[in-house]
Amino acid sequence: MKSLLKLTWIEAKLFWREPQALFFTLIFPLLLLFVYGGIYGNKPKAVFGGFGHVDVSVPSYTAMIIATSGLISTSVIMATYREQKILRRFKATPLSPLILLTADVIVIFFMTALGMILLIAAAKLVFGMRFSGNAFSFAGAFVISCLSFFSLGFILASLIRTARTAQIVSMSIFFPMILLSGATVPLEIMPETIRSYAKIFPLTYVVQFLKGVWFGKAWSEYLTEILILIVMFVTGLLISAKTFRWE
Amino acid sequence: MDKDAAITVENLRKTYGSLTAVNDVSFAVQTEETFGIVGPNGAGKTTTIECLEGLKPPDNGHIRVLGFDPQKDRRALNARIGVQLQESNIAAQIKVWEALELYTSFYSNSVDPEELLEKLSLTPVRNSYYSKLSGGQKQRLFIALSLINNPDIVFFDELTTGLDPQARRLIWDLVRHVNDQGKTVVLTTHFMEEAERLCDRVMIMDHGQIIALDSPEKLIQNLGAEHKVIFSIKGDVQIEWFTNMASVENINIFRDKVTISGKDDRLLADVVNLLTARGIRHYDLHTQQPNLEDVFIALTGKEIRN
Repeated sequence: MKSLLKLTWIEAKLFWREPQALFFTLIFPLLLLFVYGGIYGNKPKAVFGGFGHVDVSVPSYTAMIIATSGLISTSVIMATYREQKILRRFKATPLSPLILLTADVIVIFFMTALGMILLIAAAKLVFGMRFSGNAFSFAGAFVISCLSFFSLGFILASLIRTARTAQIVSMSIFFPMILLSGATVPLEIMPETIRSYAKIFPLTYVVQFLKGVWFGKAWSEYLTEILILIVMFVTGLLISAKTFRWE
Repeated sequence: MDKDAAITVENLRKTYGSLTAVNDVSFAVQTEETFGIVGPNGAGKTTTIECLEGLKPPDNGHIRVLGFDPQKDRRALNARIGVQLQESNIAAQIKVWEALELYTSFYSNSVDPEELLEKLSLTPVRNSYYSKLSGGQKQRLFIALSLINNPDIVFFDELTTGLDPQARRLIWDLVRHVNDQGKTVVLTTHFMEEAERLCDRVMIMDHGQIIALDSPEKLIQNLGAEHKVIFSIKGDVQIEWFTNMASVENINIFRDKVTISGKDDRLLADVVNLLTARGIRHYDLHTQQPNLEDVFIALTGKEIRN
């Protein structure tokens, strides 16, 4: 317990000292919000069911932050630790891998949540964002989405040897995924063919789920999405527990 | 099995593909001794020490460290040993004091981190990032991390490689201090001088095998190499002065410079006594003694540093 707390605190500080991770988690979503919010504004539109562009974008951008943390931060942090032989030094102590992974999940979760909070605050203050859901229901959906994506990241981390490769691989999954899953550009304005392709990206289910709950729909309407995310989480957990290597 | 032994190794074997890194090695390390494993690069030193630490699984053999099997009881063993690895790092952006506090939290028993920083002269850089430290400071930090749990055995793998002579001497003092506190020290090095100065016993390895294991003094003595006493004399030198001494085997006089050699340890004392007894005025008296480097060359037929 002592080591979990200490490790979490130190990992949080290390995350905070890493400009690239900070930029993608905290700053990039705000940039998107201001650029697209500046272009399209937040006037109610029929295509968005009476909501504005910003209203629809906030849950989508939240999904993007989850993908950033899950795919990029998680895999790059673990690959760096392995490549630099930082894990090797840990292996020579009584530290258990479970504590190490838990500390990373906690830190990345809180950074993701912070990214979301900044996004919501900016959308509310600058664009008068509307929210018609239940905050607790949305928070729950956020937690499920985070866990399923983090476990994807840990799978990547266990397959990839170097930080460089982790960066390249995670980015090359990340960018097509955020563009085609509705996380950046709403799927509502995409042609039918792209919408059907979107189903192969796990992030699409996060976007659907978060968006639905954001606009006040019940979890029961998203059982497929929830099931897929839980399966992802459990699979990821099992695979990463099985494949974890110190070096 | 020796019950005073901190470590026993029987028939240790480790291969990487077709390369046999350690080939049927057996030895024991006594409690509270400083035990050195020396040899050229690729001799199997690091593989051996990492099998003891539980970092590498042996292919064959029986290892006990403080009574633990390093593979089966790795985490229990890790709680009682300290290690400095040849290849490892801590996070680049971690500060020195943070690293110490972090590693303290991994153990149920630990010493005061601030006291450790003070002892290792790291207090001035306690707020510096790891990536900003010099080579010597990094090594001292790794020593600090290896001592944080007040371990019974400390493993140092190539502790002073890449350090300048001054930093190396500072580290030597620290290692002696660690051993003086009653801790068993196991170190690997390819500096013969380091092994000779620090170790109670030295195990020389080459091509994955032990080629000698004894105290540095005995290893040198067994080599049967000659000691030399060299001095210069003002005035005439008479060769007969020295010929009656039992310890003298050879005398060489060139102008005013006298070189006397012999295998007996008493050679120097005999020569000095004689010079004093006869009131012979001499200057620039010095000795040349065989060292571990000579032992290594004699045993392997090659220099260690290549």
